[in-house]
Amino acid sequence: MLTLHCPYCDVQTDETELTPGGEAHLTRHGPGSDDDAFHDYLFSRANPRGVHFERWRHGYGCGKWFLAARDTRTLEVFGTYEAQTTEPPDHILAAIRDKRPGWTRAS
Amino acid sequence: MKRYSAFAVAREAARYHLGWERAWASPEPKKHYDVVIVGAGGHGLATAYYLGKNFGITNVAVIEKGWLGGGNTGRNTTIIRSNYLQDPSAAIYEKARSLYETMSQDLNYNVMFSPRGVMMLAQTQHEIRGYQRTAHANALQGVQTEWISPARVKELVPIIELKGPRYPVLGALWQARGGTARHDAVAWGYARACSAMGMHIIQQCEVTGVRQQDGRVTGVTTSKGEIACDKLGLVVAGHSGVLAEMAGFRLPVESVALQALVSEPIKPCMDVVVMANTVHGYMSQSDKGEMVIGGGADGYNNYTQRGSFHHIEETVRALIETFPMISRLKMLRQWGGIVDMTGDRSPILSKTPLEGCFINCGWGTGGFKAIPGSGWGMAELMAKGHSPLTEAFSLDRFREGRFIDESVAAGVAH
Repeated sequence: MLTLHCPYCDVQTDETELTPGGEAHLTRHGPGSDDDAFHDYLFSRANPRGVHFERWRHGYGCGKWFLAARDTRTLEVFGTYEAQTTEPPDHILAAIRDKRPGWTRAS
Repeated sequence: MKRYSAFAVAREAARYHLGWERAWASPEPKKHYDVVIVGAGGHGLATAYYLGKNFGITNVAVIEKGWLGGGNTGRNTTIIRSNYLQDPSAAIYEKARSLYETMSQDLNYNVMFSPRGVMMLAQTQHEIRGYQRTAHANALQGVQTEWISPARVKELVPIIELKGPRYPVLGALWQARGGTARHDAVAWGYARACSAMGMHIIQQCEVTGVRQQDGRVTGVTTSKGEIACDKLGLVVAGHSGVLAEMAGFRLPVESVALQALVSEPIKPCMDVVVMANTVHGYMSQSDKGEMVIGGGADGYNNYTQRGSFHHIEETVRALIETFPMISRLKMLRQWGGIVDMTGDRSPILSKTPLEGCFINCGWGTGGFKAIPGSGWGMAELMAKGHSPLTEAFSLDRFREGRFIDESVAAGVAH
């Protein structure tokens, strides 16, 4: 079973306590943006086979959203972090590069 | 290709079965093909087959990373039905179901199609309204389904408990002509027929890149060297996103694990397929006697092909309420497949931003039933550039807001 660390409660939680929320760090386009940008925001997803950033909600705990860096091929978790950011923090990126040398984040 | 027949069985029985030939050839790849299909699952092989049968295009290679039919074609619960709500879905799934009826004769390969009937239980008031609406829609689409009473449900499925404490059975949507087929045989049958037409099926050959020039596809780079082609079909289900990235475009698709399990074999007790959508479970009995059970998909991106235990627990716990007699059954094995989910839960059969490159993906949790219809439409799309079956399933429908909203596509709530 997938377990993730909730950065707010500071506890290790089972996936049954959590609600997955899809890809993290999407740029939210709204009124005034062009069709392509709006389409990409609504539908296009990275869906990588490997390192992935995603949103999780601690539904049966504090109820807050947090973000996780995870490998979709091995289910390995590189770390979790608070959702109040638009980019993965440096210590998460360092943890990923530590385990996956040569990895670069797709734009 | 030597035809399979009762005579052939008798002939081989008389000579110790030494005369059977291999069902399909395993040639080395040529330098160039008219069409290259990536993915030798049901959908890829069916596409190749109908390219040859309907359009006479036989200079075709089907390239497979693993082994033939080893992905979701070999991992599903083999259910075939076409009781969809929206017109484009009903058209392509009904085409598929009708092709399944004659597939064994068409391919000269026994795919063991068993039109035993598919029943979707209504266990809430909301489902009653939903399924009655579907039955009316199906009547207009020419798909034979009907709304049946709880008494009729009990008659068709004697082992069912109608008065479950939490989810009573209030009726069902019944498609008598739906059923099951032997999933591996569908892939094997298409592969044999493709090979007989001179097509190349190349297994253990991974595509590592898509070659292009001036916005047009020119071939693929593989673990067995470079293969040039005029047209390229990507039919790789859960790994579509990976291939699309090689071709230089993104898809509105996310890959998640869907799992299924089978019980120990027991005597015949249920001769229809039952789907209980409210409780996320569906069940049928295989010819070997195993109860084949499918459940919900994981909610997060995943390429591990195994699934998670708590989903099994949820599915089985819910099914026991409706089928109390399975409570003492031992479960034999469990497996997962990677399904590609789109935003509207309907597939994508489409041209792509790369000229000459076509994609067939997004079947999500319900691709097996669609294999022949999908291949039929995809072949027409690749040969002629357009197809009435696939028109509504184009990639640009997301941009233009023409969704085909079938969020009940798998018979489970996603």
